[in-house]
Amino acid sequence: MAVKLNRIGLEPQIYKGGKTTLCAGCGHNAISERIIDAFFEMGVEPSQVIKLSGIGCSSKSPAYFLGGAHGFNAVHGRMPSVGTGAMMANKKLVAIGISGDGDTGAIGIGQFVHLMRRNLPIIYIIEDNGCYGLTKGQFSPTADLGSKLKTGVVNDLPPIDTCALAIELGATFVARSFSGDKKQLLALLKAALAHRGTVMLDVLSPCVTFNDHEGSTKSYAYVKDHDDPLEEVSFVPFFEDISVDYEPGSTQEVTMHDGSKLYLKKLEEGYDPTDKIGAMKRLHETARRGEFATGLIYIEPDRDDFLEQMNLIDEPLATLPLEKVRPGREALEEIMESLR
Amino acid sequence: MSPTDLAVQEQHTSGSQQRVVNDFSIQVATVNGSGSQTANLVLLRSILLMGVPVSGKNMFPSNIAGLPTWYTIRASKRGYIGRKKEVDFLVAMNPETAKEDVLTLEAGAAVVYDEPLKLNALRNDLIFYPVPFDKLVAPVCPDAKLRRLVRNMIYDGIMAKLLGIDLSLMEKALSKQLGRKAKAVTLNQGALKAGWDYAEANLTKQDPFEIQPMNETAGKILIEGNAAAAIGCMMAGVTVVAWYPITPSSSLCESLIGYMKKYRIDKETGKATFAIVQAEDEIASLGMVIGASWAGARSMTATAGPGISLMGEFAGLAYYAETPAVIFDVQRVGPSTGLPTRTAQGDVLSAAFLSHGDTKHILIIPSSVEECYTMAMDAFDLAERFQTPVFVMMDLDLGMNNWMSDGFKYPEKPIDRGKLLTADALKKLGEWGRYKDVDGDGIPYRTIPGDKMPAYFARGSGHNAKGQYSERPDDYVENMDRLTRKFETARTYVPKPIVDRVAGAKIGLIGFGTSHWAIGESRDQLREETDVKTSYLRLRAYPFTTELGEFIDAHDRLYVIEQNRDAQLLQLMKLEYSPERCAKLRSVLHYNGLPIDARSITDDVLAQEGYEVATKATPRVGAGMTGGE
Repeated sequence: MAVKLNRIGLEPQIYKGGKTTLCAGCGHNAISERIIDAFFEMGVEPSQVIKLSGIGCSSKSPAYFLGGAHGFNAVHGRMPSVGTGAMMANKKLVAIGISGDGDTGAIGIGQFVHLMRRNLPIIYIIEDNGCYGLTKGQFSPTADLGSKLKTGVVNDLPPIDTCALAIELGATFVARSFSGDKKQLLALLKAALAHRGTVMLDVLSPCVTFNDHEGSTKSYAYVKDHDDPLEEVSFVPFFEDISVDYEPGSTQEVTMHDGSKLYLKKLEEGYDPTDKIGAMKRLHETARRGEFATGLIYIEPDRDDFLEQMNLIDEPLATLPLEKVRPGREALEEIMESLR
Repeated sequence: MSPTDLAVQEQHTSGSQQRVVNDFSIQVATVNGSGSQTANLVLLRSILLMGVPVSGKNMFPSNIAGLPTWYTIRASKRGYIGRKKEVDFLVAMNPETAKEDVLTLEAGAAVVYDEPLKLNALRNDLIFYPVPFDKLVAPVCPDAKLRRLVRNMIYDGIMAKLLGIDLSLMEKALSKQLGRKAKAVTLNQGALKAGWDYAEANLTKQDPFEIQPMNETAGKILIEGNAAAAIGCMMAGVTVVAWYPITPSSSLCESLIGYMKKYRIDKETGKATFAIVQAEDEIASLGMVIGASWAGARSMTATAGPGISLMGEFAGLAYYAETPAVIFDVQRVGPSTGLPTRTAQGDVLSAAFLSHGDTKHILIIPSSVEECYTMAMDAFDLAERFQTPVFVMMDLDLGMNNWMSDGFKYPEKPIDRGKLLTADALKKLGEWGRYKDVDGDGIPYRTIPGDKMPAYFARGSGHNAKGQYSERPDDYVENMDRLTRKFETARTYVPKPIVDRVAGAKIGLIGFGTSHWAIGESRDQLREETDVKTSYLRLRAYPFTTELGEFIDAHDRLYVIEQNRDAQLLQLMKLEYSPERCAKLRSVLHYNGLPIDARSITDDVLAQEGYEVATKATPRVGAGMTGGE
């Protein structure tokens, strides 16, 4: 049987990465698989992709997808700056950053904040399990109040809601999903690839080794029971000629910057992910109930991203020829004259 | 000694009126934020326009407005542009410091002062010129709000008359300084003239100091090192800049922004050929630089000591993952906040070994504004050739003061982007490994995202020659040894020292950076005053090149001259050199926050050589203030 090729003629195999060294059953591996599917289905050229990460279990995972893409496993909590530099150097690249809840919410909160403010074109994924895996299970800043460690220690600090923070700070695509929800996660990832600007995707991704027990609010069982989807997300890329029929009023249609369409089938009255204040209210309400609102929480499809604001030349800065980047003799002479 | 002791020195010697032409220093004491910088730069430039070699040094507080500030201008017919310790001519505009400023002058000095301060009562061995600034400024500046700023220009007019500076040249300097602000030019010209007229009508020249026309400054420019470095970066083809404001480096990036907006907008499209971002901190600045360099851009940041500290972790990543980065360290004083507006060379060791584990970096050290310009270009070439951070070690004195220089030459060398893997090279190599030493020089070939060459996973964790994750002991050692090989190769690429060997000299002086100017003058003093002959090596880079060891071997005693407390360069030399060589090394250290001066070096060397050094009542070492947090 012939292998299915994507729209740029590549096989699925090319989108795979190295063999994972994470624990069997780790939610992060499921996320890697969805990333592979999304990049394959959207027909993204792997050699144009950069994979970025900080430090932690999550940050190892870029080695396990898109083997043909360049990757940079940076220092703890500082992946946003490395990604920002790389995208300034070459705005034609597609950036995907993988972080964790500690890498983002603790050591990296400063860089996270400023990444969201800048609306850099990047897909920023938090593989969120509420604990530090590589250092053996300490709480992270997204651990919920009252959640219990295996050792019996109870978390008595409020969690940082990275989605609420991202919306507040100016991210233009904010979503939450669950590593166990294949359909929703894939649709959101594909939509993320169609978005221009910062995509902040918090994916609840249970740690099977340190945080999957009774009393934990980030266990598979707990997340499954408390997943509160805002809508049913369907994504139709611009290159697919599919029309979706829906009953008027039942579905919200969002046109992405590249012409792709998001169809958000409403599961409740009145939720509108383009309404910033409504989105914040909904996040707080869900959290108060001890649940997780998942799906597309907030989107602003048309805002200029960081690189557009810089009015950069079309070609990547990295490879501009010398004559474009070294002013001529007359320029230097003019400067010298002004100093005499 | 307390300042009052100085008031009862021997009677002044003003009877012997020998003229002192083109060889004295002027200190202007004002209040920070009073607009005195314009007046001081006009005075500086007008001396330059008289053809007289000149230098200016700003000693300012960490403050927006209100605290005392001093500006020193030195005219030197012999071309000395280092700091001169003694003040010959004081312009006392600041009531808060006026008394101390006057009490610490040497006998015979001249003082222009604001009349109500009644400074003439303090000493009888100085020459005093009282000037009623407030009375003079009112008629020439109807707008009372502007008077505080304009009154400074009056002392320029006074000084022009007293020193013999051509008023039309001073007006030219004023126009240059204020540019196209026609209204401001007219207003200030009025103030200049008012000062001149007052001096002509009311002051009798009693001091010996004069500026007479020379022909030593034709074609010279006046520029701050930070601006010079910025021009160098632009000509080097920098494309990505990330920075965080910190004194004394901010003006490097701010100048760069100005130049880039003017000269680096693509003519065809009107779009920028650069991206400059003010980051959230220095950590992010270096992170952005590393990300940009990894993705193939020529990228840089500029900072000072506290920023260097913050960059530690990322510096290690760049060293180990092997990404280029150009980091300007405009050094200032102290651990922690220290004296943020004063100068030092105190980051030598921390920059050389910045980060944890076994890490060492290339440093290049400019001494002049011209070298700020050329070494900025060298830095990018070295960073890309060696795929590693390169630190350009400037200091506040160089970066933020105006220096006289020849005009900069257009770069004739093409840029060196180092070993980027090409399709042809790949065919020749057969197999590519990101960290494989193909050429035996320790430098591997790299690829960049989007170049269609093989991809790799850059990481700060252990990796083998192919760039794969590895914790194997042999992989780690092989990689670290290759990095050492790479560093050794750098010895043959970095700027060589400038050596002046003097026949018969047993003493060698070793210095770097801005100490150069004081060292040159000190060597003249040593030769002329005591017949001590010295050779001189000006170091321009770390790792050291062979010239340094040879220079040590060729002399009996070596004085390593540094502007820090802990003899940091000497410590660095001790790590490399044999006990025989180290035994010859001595230190001359200067670390009070002021630029090093020739007399301090001369006295220190002579004392260590066993000479009797006149312990003359050194007035206060310089401008400074206490309190007022």
